[in-house]
Amino acid sequence: MSEEEVFRIVIDPKDHRDLPRAVITDCPSHLMTKTGSWRTLRPIVDLEECIKCGICWKFCPDVSIEVKEEGAVVDYDYCKGCGICAKECPVDAIEMKKEADYV
Amino acid sequence: MAKVPEMELMNKGTTACPGCGAAHAMRYMLKALGKKTMINIPACCWAVIPGVYPSRNLEIPLLYTAFETTGASSSGVRAALNAKGVDPREITVVGFAGDGGTADIGIQALSGCLERGTDTIQVMYDNEAYMNTGIQRSGETPYGAWTTTTPVGSQKAWKRNPKKNMMEVVNAHGIPYAATVSIGHPELMIEKIQKAKEIPGPKFIHIYAPCPTGWRSDPSNTIELCKLAVDSCVFPLYEIEDGKYKIYKKPKDKIPVKDYLKLQGRFRHLPEEEVERIQENVDKEWELLLKKEEFTNE
Amino acid sequence: MSEMKIVSGNFAAAYGAKLSRVEVVAAYPITPQTEVVEKIAELVAEGEMDSEYIKVESEHSAMAACIAASNAGARAYTASSAHGLALMHELLIWASGARLPVVMTNINRAMGPPWSVWADHHDTLAQKGTGQLQFFCESNQEVLDSVIMAYKICEDEDIMLPAMVVEDAFILSHTKEPVEIYDQELVDEFLPSYDPDYKLDVDQPLGFGSLGMPDWYMDFRYKIAEAFEKAPDKIMEVNKEFEEVFGRDPGGLIEEYKTDGVDVLIVTMGSISSTSKDVIDELREEGHNVGLARLRTFRPFPVEEFRKLTKGVNVVGVMDRSYTFGHGGDAAREIKDALYGHRDVILKDYIVGLGGRDLTPKILKNVMLDAISLQDKGLDREIEWVDLRINQERWRR
Repeated sequence: MSEEEVFRIVIDPKDHRDLPRAVITDCPSHLMTKTGSWRTLRPIVDLEECIKCGICWKFCPDVSIEVKEEGAVVDYDYCKGCGICAKECPVDAIEMKKEADYV
Repeated sequence: MAKVPEMELMNKGTTACPGCGAAHAMRYMLKALGKKTMINIPACCWAVIPGVYPSRNLEIPLLYTAFETTGASSSGVRAALNAKGVDPREITVVGFAGDGGTADIGIQALSGCLERGTDTIQVMYDNEAYMNTGIQRSGETPYGAWTTTTPVGSQKAWKRNPKKNMMEVVNAHGIPYAATVSIGHPELMIEKIQKAKEIPGPKFIHIYAPCPTGWRSDPSNTIELCKLAVDSCVFPLYEIEDGKYKIYKKPKDKIPVKDYLKLQGRFRHLPEEEVERIQENVDKEWELLLKKEEFTNE
Repeated sequence: MSEMKIVSGNFAAAYGAKLSRVEVVAAYPITPQTEVVEKIAELVAEGEMDSEYIKVESEHSAMAACIAASNAGARAYTASSAHGLALMHELLIWASGARLPVVMTNINRAMGPPWSVWADHHDTLAQKGTGQLQFFCESNQEVLDSVIMAYKICEDEDIMLPAMVVEDAFILSHTKEPVEIYDQELVDEFLPSYDPDYKLDVDQPLGFGSLGMPDWYMDFRYKIAEAFEKAPDKIMEVNKEFEEVFGRDPGGLIEEYKTDGVDVLIVTMGSISSTSKDVIDELREEGHNVGLARLRTFRPFPVEEFRKLTKGVNVVGVMDRSYTFGHGGDAAREIKDALYGHRDVILKDYIVGLGGRDLTPKILKNVMLDAISLQDKGLDREIEWVDLRINQERWRR
C-alpha cells in the first residue's frame, strides 16, 4: 500500500467502503494512544546526578525514556508513571512526584 | 552476556497497565529476535495491549488467533513459509501466549505443535492468572494466591493447588530446547531467546512477567519482584537442552520466600504456617532441580 | 491428459485438493472422512502432491492452522465430518471474519448421541450461520469439481470467504464411481495461484484480527454480508467458466431437473437427488406433472432462484435430511423464507433419512405422491417425519 492509501484505508476511514476487507491494522499505536494522561506520578530526572547508564531506558515498559547527551529524558506523552525507572536507578537520580502538581 | 539491543520493535502507546511485565516480555523478546519474526497471539493481555483497530504496535507481522490455538496457528504459519521456501532460520515463527493460553486452554495445541516438530519458539509469558479477564486463577497461579476466583473469604479459599510445571510438560515432548527467563534479567533473557532462535525444531520459553494489577503489587516493584523470585528460588532461571538441565543463574545467597511474598497483596492473607509451607515447597523444588542438573549432566 | 478413474468421494476430494495445488493441508482423521487424509498423506509421501501436510491433534487445530497458513498467503485445505466439524465451529466463524478462502470438504454425518457415522446433513447445516459458502454434492465427480471451483470463487477479491464442499457419508464418501481426473495444466489454466493483497510479511508488518470497538465492528460485519450478496452471481459466473474449460456443469446454485411448467416441485439435496431423478421419470411416465430442484448451494441461499422456479407451481415438497429442533427441516424453512410474500404455494417439509436411514426408490416415490396429493386435498401438516417405525407401513408400501 502507498502511504496515502494507508492513511485513507487504515487510519482515517469514513465508512465501511474505506475499510480493509478484514480487521487489518497499520496505524502506529503512538499516533492513536497517548498514555501520558494515565499518570498519577511523574518521574523527574536530576540531570546533575544522572550517570547515563541506561538502566532506566532498559527497564521502561513503555519505551518512554531515551538517554541523550544531557542524560535520561522522559517522554511524558507516553510515560505512565509506573516508577520502575526511579526504583531501578543506581544513583537515585529519578524522583517520582505528584502529577497533580504539574498539570 | 548479550547486551540489550537499542532497536525497538515494540512501539510507544501500548495500552498495558503501568509497570506491566508482559510489555517488557514482548519488548525484550523482539529485541532478541529482530525484524524477521512473525508472531501468533491468542486471547490474552497482548490481544489488547497493541490497542484497538486500527492501532498497530509492533514492527513485525502479528496474527491474532483464537484462545486455544497458538500452537496450531504457529504450525500453520510455519507450514505456509515452508511451502514458499522460506527457511526457518531466516524467519522465526513465534507463538506468544499468556499462562492460560499456554498451560490451560492452549495446552493441547501446544502439545501438538511440539510433538509434530514445528520449527517455532512457543512462549509462555507468565503472569500467573487470567489477567486480561480480571485476575481469575489459572493452572499457573501459585499455591496460596488470592485471585477473583480464589477469593480467600472466611473459608480460606485461596488457591489450594500447586503451579503447573510447564517446563516438565514440554520437556516430556523431547524438544531440543526449553528455558525459563525473567524480565528482571533482560541480558540473560535475550541471550537465551537468541540461542533458541538458532536451534532447529520446537523450542519453549517460559517468561516470568509480573502483573502489578493482579498481584496487588506496586508497579515500581515489577523488576524488583523478578530479582527476588530468582534469588529466593521461587522462579529459578534454567534451560533444558537436549534433556540436559542447566541452572544458568544460581543465587549467591538464597533469600527467604517471604521477602518475595510480602511485596504482593495477593499473598497477604497467608498465615505464618502457610508461608512456611510455601518455603518448604520452594526448597524441595529447588533441591530437585539441582539433582536434575547433576543427574542429566553425569 | 485427463483420465477416468474409479474412485470414492473421499478420493475425489483428495484429488480435487491435489489439482488445486493446495499448499498447506491440516487435517485430523474422523470416520467417514479418513480416506481423504490418508489419500493426501499418500500423495504427499509419494511426491505426487507438493503440499505441507500438518498432522494436527484436533479438528479445531486443523482449521486454526489453515487460517494461519491462509493468512500467511498459502492456499489451505482441510476435511472433516460431524463432531470434528462441530469442534471447528469457533474457527469456521474466524475464517469468514478474517476473510480467508480456506476450502474444506465435509463428509455429512449424523451427530451423536446416539453415536452414528451415517449420512445426515445436520452437521453441515448447524454451521450455516458461520459465514462459509456451502456446496452440497450429488456425485463424486461433483466433489472433485466443486473443490476446484470453490477456490476460484472464494479467492475472488469480491468474495474472499471460506467454503465447505460437502458429500454424504458412505453413499458418496465410500462408494466408487468413475471420476474424470483432469489434466493439471487445464486446472492451472482455470485456477491461478493464490496471491492475496494482504498477508503476513516481515517487510510490511501488519496486524491481523485485532480488537474492534463498537464503532467499527458492525461495518466489518457488513462487508461480509456484502460479499455474500455478490456470491450468487460469482458462483454462476465461475460455474459457466468451469463448464467452458472442463465441459461439465457442476450445478451452479440449483440444478433443475424437468422443472419446466411443473405443478409439483420436489426439492432435494446431496446424494438422494440421483435416485429421486429416476423416481421423477417414473412419475412423469405415470402422468404426473412433477419436477425436481436439487439445492446445490445452501450458502448463499438461492432466494431469487427459488422465487423464479416456483412460478406457477402448486406444491413444493422439500426433503430435508436434517432437522433443527424447535424449528424444522433447514431447507424447507429457508425456502419458505424465500417465498414469503412472493408465492402462494403449498409447501410441505418431509424429514427423511436421518442418521443414514435408507431411502429406497419406493419411499421417495411415496413422498412425491404425497406431495402430488396435496394439490387436491390441501396441506395436511407442515412437517412430516418419513419412515419412522410408527408410520413405516405407509411409506414402504
